[in-house]
Amino acid sequence: MDLALAVGLQVLTGVAMLVIVSLGLAVVFGMMRVINLAHGEFMMLGAFAAVLASGAGLSLWVAMLVVAPVAVGLFGLVVERLLIRRLYGRMVDTMLATWGLSLALVGGMTMLVGNSVSGVSAPLGSVAIGGFRTSGYDLFLIGAAVALSLGVWAALRFTRWGLVARGTMQDAETASALGVAPDRVYAATFVAGAALSGLAGALLAPLSGVVPTMGAAYIARAFITVITGGAAILAGTLSASGLLGTVSTLGTFLSTPVLGEVAMLAVAIVLLRLLPRGITGRVFRRAL
Amino acid sequence: MTAAGRAALHIGAAAALAAAAVTVLPGALELFALINATVWAAMALLALSLAFAWGAGGILCFGQTAFFGLGGYAYAVAGINFGDGALAVPVALAVATLAAAALGWLMFYGRVGDVYMGVITLTVTLILFKFANSTAGEQWRIGAAPLGGFNGIPQTPPLNWPGEPDNALTPEQVFVFAVLCLFGCYAAVKLVLLTRFGRVAVAIKENELRAELLGYDVRAHRLGVFTIGGAMAGLAGVLFANCVFVSPTMFSLAYAGQVVIWVLVGGVGTFAGPMAACVALQALTAWAGTVPGFDPNLLLGGVLLLAVVAVPRGLLPTAQSLLVRLRPRPRRRGAEERPMAPAE
Repeated sequence: MDLALAVGLQVLTGVAMLVIVSLGLAVVFGMMRVINLAHGEFMMLGAFAAVLASGAGLSLWVAMLVVAPVAVGLFGLVVERLLIRRLYGRMVDTMLATWGLSLALVGGMTMLVGNSVSGVSAPLGSVAIGGFRTSGYDLFLIGAAVALSLGVWAALRFTRWGLVARGTMQDAETASALGVAPDRVYAATFVAGAALSGLAGALLAPLSGVVPTMGAAYIARAFITVITGGAAILAGTLSASGLLGTVSTLGTFLSTPVLGEVAMLAVAIVLLRLLPRGITGRVFRRAL
Repeated sequence: MTAAGRAALHIGAAAALAAAAVTVLPGALELFALINATVWAAMALLALSLAFAWGAGGILCFGQTAFFGLGGYAYAVAGINFGDGALAVPVALAVATLAAAALGWLMFYGRVGDVYMGVITLTVTLILFKFANSTAGEQWRIGAAPLGGFNGIPQTPPLNWPGEPDNALTPEQVFVFAVLCLFGCYAAVKLVLLTRFGRVAVAIKENELRAELLGYDVRAHRLGVFTIGGAMAGLAGVLFANCVFVSPTMFSLAYAGQVVIWVLVGGVGTFAGPMAACVALQALTAWAGTVPGFDPNLLLGGVLLLAVVAVPRGLLPTAQSLLVRLRPRPRRRGAEERPMAPAE
């Protein structure tokens, strides 16, 4: 019983991590049809922002939950102004340009801080569940994933900004005829996505080492989740994370972490073979 | 000039270049530089493989290195087990070809869109990278060959004359072999484009829907192009394994990125452009690597960014259309170049 609970908790943590890692990418892809290959490096910047801020004496929570998303959001604004806005509608070119950005960020960061691992230790200690102990931070991550999903859902569903954003994505011309400036909506959406990526990097910083090349470890997972999920931002991310996170964690539990990831990739590819438009291309079509 | 005449001209020029390289370079270069030149030839073949898949087939493959690495690993593993490098080459080619065919079947028959294709292929090579990195330890071996995890397989066997396992090729001979492979593949892709299969593949790239409505099987043609590209990348992996050795780096994001950069900078839709861009950028990164405190990734990323924003068509097509514009207008009609045709 305790074992089942512990494994269940592991699965939930795996799913939560996937949600956190993919949400920023899903917002940008789902709303703008822009595939941001520098997503992993945005996370890396968020992680560095958190580490630097907490090193400068800020409380770790402020560093992770405030400094990182704000810093990466501002960086996203610069990127959108200088790069992404030139390439709207050219999906493949955007992918290539953001890939160039990702390489340049890895290179630039390596030059700035060197190729050494820095990091922060996970707060919150450990929690006992029957005969097992689990990290309190894992529980916090599950809570954070739920809070983030609810936050994105509420922002899209209930705020004026969410309504305007959804309208612009559906039909930019009509929105613009009604007095909305699509440019600004795109910019704001990209910044929101970048901020979510930065937050994700900061949240995962205590679990992994912070190095300039850390983005590559997440990017494959994030992409496969978003693409398996399909166009609906939340329903897609949540359903794909739920499925793939479970597969990956159970695979890890039964064999090794790498085989867990390989199993997850295999499931994702088979799923894409069956549902080329992702899960939400077939079910939950009208969901957010 | 007819398409066949143009192709013959290009193949002839390439043959002359290859002959010059084979006769002059082995005598003129130091051993280290010669091995480097062999690596560049292997990389140019890798660039050519993607230039074919992307330029002639319109397949956005970000993970061409998956087949490059698989070819290299298969060569090393088979070579160690057989004790004969020449026998390992067909095995390596078969592994790369089958892998490309299997992945292509999943993507094209699943009707995955082109952007998704890019992401799936990239993910595949990243997963292979992680997997190869995690194969350290005694339990990870195929036959007599340990996979070696992060360190790869340092004792990658050298190529040898067929049937004479003890008679290994000298570095000069490996260089000649690499140049011959590169030339052979270049001639092969040029000729493929002249066949019905090649012309249909280009038609599909130009307008998938129209080609399909005209009754061509988009999936089968794409699969064919992708598989040929994968096989060439596998051959490039074999050559690379011969001058360096196989390691998980062959699957890495940096390598996967470089290939795309070469093709994009050289010009999608051309073959000579990506190969030239490959050599030029390798020379540039090799130079940048000697500047202390400078990270070559920054340079590569910058070049890619600049290429997408400033010269989206690539250097060779841009140069060609500049030349056409500068040249005095010939009288005949239809002198306007066809920018999408896979020229050189």
